[in-house]
This record gives sequence, structure tokens and C-alpha cells, in this order.
Amino acid sequence: MDLEPTDEQLALAAGLARLCADRVTPEARRAAMALPGAVDRDLWRALGDIGAFALIVPADRDGLGLGLAEATLVFEELGRAAVPGPVVGTFLAAGLPLGSVAGAAMAGEAVVGLVPEGRPALVEHRAALDALLVVGPSGVVLAPRPEGGDGPLDRPLDPLTPVDVVPELPPGEPVGGLDLAARLRRDAGLLSAAIQVGLAGAAVAMATEHAGSRTQFGRAIGSFQALKHLLADAQVAVEVARSAVQAAAVAVDEGGKDADRAAHAARIVASGAADRATRTCIQVHGGMGFTWDLDAHLFLKRTLVLDAGIASPDDAIDALAALL
Amino acid sequence: MRLKETPAEQAFRAELRAWLDATLAGLPDPPPFEDWAAKRAYDTGWQRRLHDAGYAGISWPKEYGGRGATPSEELIFLEESERAGAPYVGCNFVSTLHAGPTIAAEGTPEQRARYLPPILRGDNVWCQGFSEPEAGSDLASLRTRAVRDGDHYVVTGQKIWTSHAQVADYCELLARTDPDAPKHRGITWMIMPMDSPRIEVRPMRTLTGESEFSEMFLDEVRIPVGNVVGAENDGWRVAMVTFGFERGTAFVSELLGSMRLLADLVDIARKTPLGAGTAWDDASIRRPLTVVGAELEAEWALTKRNVSRAARHGNAGVGGSVFKLAYHETRERMGEVALRLLGRARLAFDDPTGLSARHLDHVGQTLYALSLSIAAGTAQIQRNIVGERLLGLPKDPYRSAPADRKKPAAGADLYGGR
Repeated sequence: MDLEPTDEQLALAAGLARLCADRVTPEARRAAMALPGAVDRDLWRALGDIGAFALIVPADRDGLGLGLAEATLVFEELGRAAVPGPVVGTFLAAGLPLGSVAGAAMAGEAVVGLVPEGRPALVEHRAALDALLVVGPSGVVLAPRPEGGDGPLDRPLDPLTPVDVVPELPPGEPVGGLDLAARLRRDAGLLSAAIQVGLAGAAVAMATEHAGSRTQFGRAIGSFQALKHLLADAQVAVEVARSAVQAAAVAVDEGGKDADRAAHAARIVASGAADRATRTCIQVHGGMGFTWDLDAHLFLKRTLVLDAGIASPDDAIDALAALL
Repeated sequence: MRLKETPAEQAFRAELRAWLDATLAGLPDPPPFEDWAAKRAYDTGWQRRLHDAGYAGISWPKEYGGRGATPSEELIFLEESERAGAPYVGCNFVSTLHAGPTIAAEGTPEQRARYLPPILRGDNVWCQGFSEPEAGSDLASLRTRAVRDGDHYVVTGQKIWTSHAQVADYCELLARTDPDAPKHRGITWMIMPMDSPRIEVRPMRTLTGESEFSEMFLDEVRIPVGNVVGAENDGWRVAMVTFGFERGTAFVSELLGSMRLLADLVDIARKTPLGAGTAWDDASIRRPLTVVGAELEAEWALTKRNVSRAARHGNAGVGGSVFKLAYHETRERMGEVALRLLGRARLAFDDPTGLSARHLDHVGQTLYALSLSIAAGTAQIQRNIVGERLLGLPKDPYRSAPADRKKPAAGADLYGGR
């Protein structure tokens, strides 16, 4: 047993962190709001080039042949930068037998969405999509981009996650049945959890920075235990969630018998951690945290978006309850 | 990263499991509640069995008679012991996990030869004389005075939270030898034989009805100068050395015990009729219990990460503080659901209506959980540690600290800087 990341794993995460630091600045995030579907295609290709979508694709299909352990480290970095776009859908599509769509997703040439079946359906990033994975109770379907709606809603919850109401999802090709749907839910849950660990970490870091520099009553507000303890509790939640996500990813990679249990637990705990940390970030920033002037709101909104994906924490609670 | 065990770890686990199975079958019944002499005999008897089988001092260096196990092997040892239902460390806690390792690291060759073998054999029980009524979280403000008189110190003061004092042979004692020095620099770590004259031990009854802890009154107790471990006035550093031994394993038995409690609560919920179904069908019971299960699972992952870190870097950093803060909250939530589930069965300890197929005391455990945010560093102190050492937030100006404590790098985390 050894849950310390290897040097290779740390280097992989550091590479993603550098790419995100260069490309996903607060200004770039704001600029992305104006792009179709809020997806920066150049960034998408850069993510493809660095291998972010190829991690679990087998080497004989030109992928990196790695596992979810590496993927969760990478997705934590994507979360830390609040990278806009359907990263989970594109990543999972690259690993499925989808022919040219998979190859294009792996290269960052295709943007693939991931939604639960529904009528009407709410579809994130619709205008940017090249394809859409639809996960229903009985299986998984690969559909083309939905067309013909009224366009994105004026007031999406997360300004970086545009949403369209699609009265009827277009028919698509079946990709797999119940087993695949369950696997995608578990893996999407774990990847969403990894993003949430990153979001939560970024929120605590941003708030810690502020608490160390902002002064009131003649001293840095971070020296007041009332704020210090809020931040400590948030960081504790981050550390616990990060441990759970990494251990679950390793368990899935190793095919351990408790892998599902660990993955559901990680989903539940990471959601809670991101909720706590992003709210704490807003509280520590006071009134400014409640505005669009700072990015604190983006962290909270993204985590709320992630919790509404194909693998919600409530689903994970029900799934875990069945295993207890 | 891997969860799989090495062949050596698998072999260690298999051998230990076989030994536990064979040995536990021949164990006497656990001692009656509050019979401390019987508890001492039971716990030290177990220590003797561990010793004879080569499992005593699992984490101690081999040169001092320990097994020299890796942090991973220590984790396996604790995991297998808990799963097999082996006795807890109990009365041997201070001797095997605090005083012994401290003497091994800081004692003289004579002190090691004299005190370590009896600890490993289970011949001696130790207690801890650190906290005082006026020195809790601010331990370094302790007032118990040790005045030199020839080749003895004459020690006077009051200690509190002294576990197993009524059955201990020795006490690891912190006393002030230089009242004029800054508070962290005038303290000495010494060994006090508990059969010394002028020691009075008064057991205290805690919330759960037990009297594991005592107050201890020292009235001019004479302690030989040769009993000092480390140098005079260097006791604060010696005491901190003990904490450096923490390899992420301190709460393994606790956590696995909580997993057992949770499984039992799920079992009780499934068997408790409610409406047309059972309490488990009620989402207001099932869901919070499941979230507690998820948190325990996550804290088990954190434990493995702390142990991995300790294996790589020598200690678990502030991982212990992180664990404690997460874990006590989980146990509080578990207790809330447990009491709702028990209903009127909460009116007495020890499961009066026989709900628990495993005979677990959920009332006692719920109350016990209140101590988890107090003992061994309150939650408030732990939050200061996490805020200041992990996040690098500025210190509270009203709190003084040793001048030589290093300021952490901002943003440093458990992995050392991401």
C-alpha cells in the first residue's frame, strides 16, 4: 500500500497545472463566456495535445494507457482552474468504442457532452458540442448535437456553463447497456469528485490569500480564530476528499472488490467538501465575495453544476446505501 | 499510488491473522466494568502474548527490542487486530506508544536497558503526568515544581487526565525545573515511580461512568536526578519528540471500531419496524447513516495517505490533526442518528433491549464521542494547527509560542507544497 503519488504522477499533474495557469487565467475565463458554448477550442486542443483526454485510452489506440489514478490527479487540476467545458464527457468519450468521435475527443478536436436522459433535456455547452453522450436507465446512446431549440438560456446558474432547453434529444447510436451506464456513472462521479477537490482547493487557497493580506482592526483577518477555523475546517474537508478520491481511483484501477463502495463514498464526500469550501471562500471575502468582481462565485456555481450531472451525490448515497 | 500489498506485506498479514485466530481462542473473558486491577491484568497479559510472539513494540526500532515494522505493517497489525476482536492497547498505551519510544530515542543506555524490556513484556504499566488543571491547551504553562535537593528533585503540584494512574508503575512526568526561564524552556521530562511516597491518586468519573482518568496530587515527591530523560530544562523538546513518532496510525483502531459501530447501526435500522417497513426504509435514517459510512470510508483513505506519507517522509505531518477534525464530526453525526434509532433504548447504557446483535453500547459510544474533540488537543487547537501550519495563516497575536518554531510556507499542504 502506498498512496503517495509517484514522481511521474506528480509531473503529469504539474504539467496540467502549468497549462491551466498559462491558459485559464481569470481574464480567459471571462473571455470564454462570450464563446459559443463557452468552450475555447484552442484550449481544448491544448488539453488534447498534453494528453488530458488520452489518459485511460489504451496504448494500442494511441492513448496513454494509464488509469483513473492519473485521471483524478489531472481532473483536480482542471477543477483548480475551473476550466470551462464538458471535460468529463469528452474524456469518457475518448475511452469508448465510438470510432472517429473517440479519436477526435482524445485529440481535443471534438467536444463531447454528457447528460442524463430527460424530456425536456437541459444540455450544457450545446453550441460547442460535436456529439452528446446520453445516459439513461437502460443504456448509453451517442447522439449528434441537438439543434432547433431557442438557444442558450439568458441566465444560466454558472456563467461558464451555458444551458439550452432541448424539447427532445435527437436519436443516436446505442453504445452500451446497463453495465456501461453504471460504469459511466461511477467514473463520471469520480472525475466530478476530482474536479470538486480542485475547485475546493482553489477556493480555500484564494480565501487564505485574502485572509492573510486583508486587515481589519489593525491585523490580518486570518489571525482571527473565527476565520482561521472556518478555513481550517474547509481545508480538512479538502484533504479528506482528496484522499477518498485518490484511493477510490486506485481501487477502481486495481479492480478491487470494494472499488464501487470507495467511488460512491468519494463522490459524496467530495461534493460536501466543495460545497463547504466554496461557501467559505465567499464568506471570508465578505461583501466582495458575493459579487461578480471576484471569481469566488464561479467556484460555488461550478460545484453546484457538477452535482446535477449524471452522477449526483444523492445517486451515490443511494448506491452506497445498497452496499452497506 | 497503489492499494495492493507487497508480497512481504501479504505474508505479514497472513502470519499475523493465523496467530490472532489461534491466540484469541484461548483468551480469558474481558474484565468487568471498572475493575481496574483485572483490566491491568487483562491488558498486560495481552501485551505478554504479543511479546512472546514477536509483535510487541511493533513500531519500535529492532535495536530496542521492537519489531521495526514499517508504517504499512503497523497499519496491517492494527487492522487485523481490530478485525479479529483482539484486546485494545488499553493500559499499555502510555508505555508502548509514548514513554517507551521516548526513552528509546532520548534515554541513556542504562534507562533503555532498565525500562524498555519490562514495557515490551507487559510487566510495567505507565501513566502520563503532563496536563494540569491550569495547563490544558496551554500545556507549557504547567506549574508543577521540581526543586533540586542533592541527587533528588522534590516535586510538588497537581496533574490531571492521568489515565490508568491507579494501576501504573511509572509516570512520565513534566515538571518545571526553572521557573525563571521562558515557559517552554524551564520544563524537565522525568520518570516518577508510582510507589513513591506522597503521591495521591483520585479517580474521576467521566461522562460514560468510567474512571479511567485520575487527578494526581504530588506533595514533595522525591525523584532521583538519574530519572531525568534528556537534559534538565529540555523537557518540552523531549515531550514533542513523542509526537514526532506519530506515523498516521494513532486512530486506526478507533476508525475501524467506528466502521463496526456503523455496520451495527445499519443492521439495527434494517431490523427495527417502522410504519409498513423498517427504519432503514426511512430516508431520514438511511441517508445520514450512509453519509457517515462515506465519511468513515474517506477517513480510512486519509489514514492510508497519512501512513504512506509517514513511510516516505518519517512522520505524518499535520495529517493527525486533519484526521481528528474530520473524524470527531463524523462520530457526532453518527451519534445523532444512533440516538434517534435507539428511541427509548437510549435510557440505559449497554443496550438494554438487545437491539445490537453484536452487543455494542451505542449510548456509551455516542457520549464517548464528545471526548474526541477534547482529548489529545481540542478541536479548536487542532484548527489553529491546520490554519497556521498547513495554510500558513498568521498566528493569533495573543498567543505566545516557542521562538524557535518555524513559520510554514504559505499554501504548503500534506504533500509538501501544492
